[in-house]
Amino acid sequence: MSAMAYHRPSSLAEAAKLAAGDPDARILAGGQSILPSMKLGLLAPSAFIDLAALGELRGIRADRKSVTVGAMTTHAAVAASPEVMAAIPSLAKLAAGIGDPQVRNRGTIGGSLANSDPAADYPAAVLALNATIRTNRRALPADGFFKGLFETALAPGEIITAVEFPVPNTASYVKFPQPASRFALVGVFVAQTSTGVRVAVTGAGPCAFRVKVLEDALARRYAPQACEGISLPSGDLNTDIHASAEYRAHLIPVLAQRALA
Amino acid sequence: MAVPIELTVNGKTVAAEVEADTLLSSFLREHLRLTGTHIGCDTSSCGACTVHVGGRAVKSCNVLVAQLHGSEVTTIEGITPRDGSLHPMQAAFKACHGLQCGFCTAGMVMSAIDLLRHHPHTTDEEIRAGLEGNLCRCTGYQNIVKAVAMAAKAMGRQRP
Repeated sequence: MSAMAYHRPSSLAEAAKLAAGDPDARILAGGQSILPSMKLGLLAPSAFIDLAALGELRGIRADRKSVTVGAMTTHAAVAASPEVMAAIPSLAKLAAGIGDPQVRNRGTIGGSLANSDPAADYPAAVLALNATIRTNRRALPADGFFKGLFETALAPGEIITAVEFPVPNTASYVKFPQPASRFALVGVFVAQTSTGVRVAVTGAGPCAFRVKVLEDALARRYAPQACEGISLPSGDLNTDIHASAEYRAHLIPVLAQRALA
Repeated sequence: MAVPIELTVNGKTVAAEVEADTLLSSFLREHLRLTGTHIGCDTSSCGACTVHVGGRAVKSCNVLVAQLHGSEVTTIEGITPRDGSLHPMQAAFKACHGLQCGFCTAGMVMSAIDLLRHHPHTTDEEIRAGLEGNLCRCTGYQNIVKAVAMAAKAMGRQRP
């Protein structure tokens, strides 16, 4: 590992150039997922491209229509932000429940989304709130961003700069945490947005996904009772030592119901 | 690749050249010989290695020193007053017997100080939530929660 290189670019353009020049390099944000992955032998990057010096990627801007969170903004900063608490309280609550205090003090929204951990919390918010992921090249819609297990629509070397969340009419997130890691065994984010009701699930499949049958039911009646009697197929869902696919499938409408209660 | 870094540790400027993948925990213990910071799980789970970076609790086994160029780091050695007395949090852990083997204690103390700085008026429930990132295998946590509650009163009195 000591053959690794480390770069601390002072501009986004320099970071992009470094990334383009070395396909085996990894962008480093807070490092809360990448460093444990390296210790487990799952990753062995040739170099880190640390975004720590790019102050323009940190911070939160909010107006009546949207909340924009810089990619290098920590979970703790989102959780404590009066702007986020006022505009989208469910997003502040989600950030306050990620990992533990130490992880929230280092981990970033950009890092979480680029990593696309199947049990991460932020992907559920991004999908349910129909957020836009801004990069150094383009603006990516939430739908289609999460492609699979640790896989996103980002091109090699593409860098997330900010995430723009439209302010919903109302929204709520409930997660059933795996008690040791506090990752979502299943997490369900329900939102009433300008483009309709959106229900996004994390922790249950290879990546975050929407659930049309729940969205349709809640579009007819936005109330907990609308989730009653809905059962979902477990075929593509995760099974591990913590829960079976059937259990996860069962939790989805249950948590959607709790989110609305 | 040797990376030149400069940061402040317990109030002193430290300049060094480190390998790109050097963790803060090993830098503190092996380079600076600040062995009060313990490495427990080395997987970012147990919190024994917790120190402050810019005043906030972080797990030093899960941060590269290179990431902290220009940062202020405080370890358990850096919280005691110059006269050698105990920080109110350490005194409360001693008074309440908030430890048994003591391995997790430095990390517990650092997390608890960050918690009280940002939430001076905590309930027992908030103390438990605030220490979610720190594991103790001996105490059952009861006396740790008591210690933090006692320190909250003492630290509240200290504030002007």
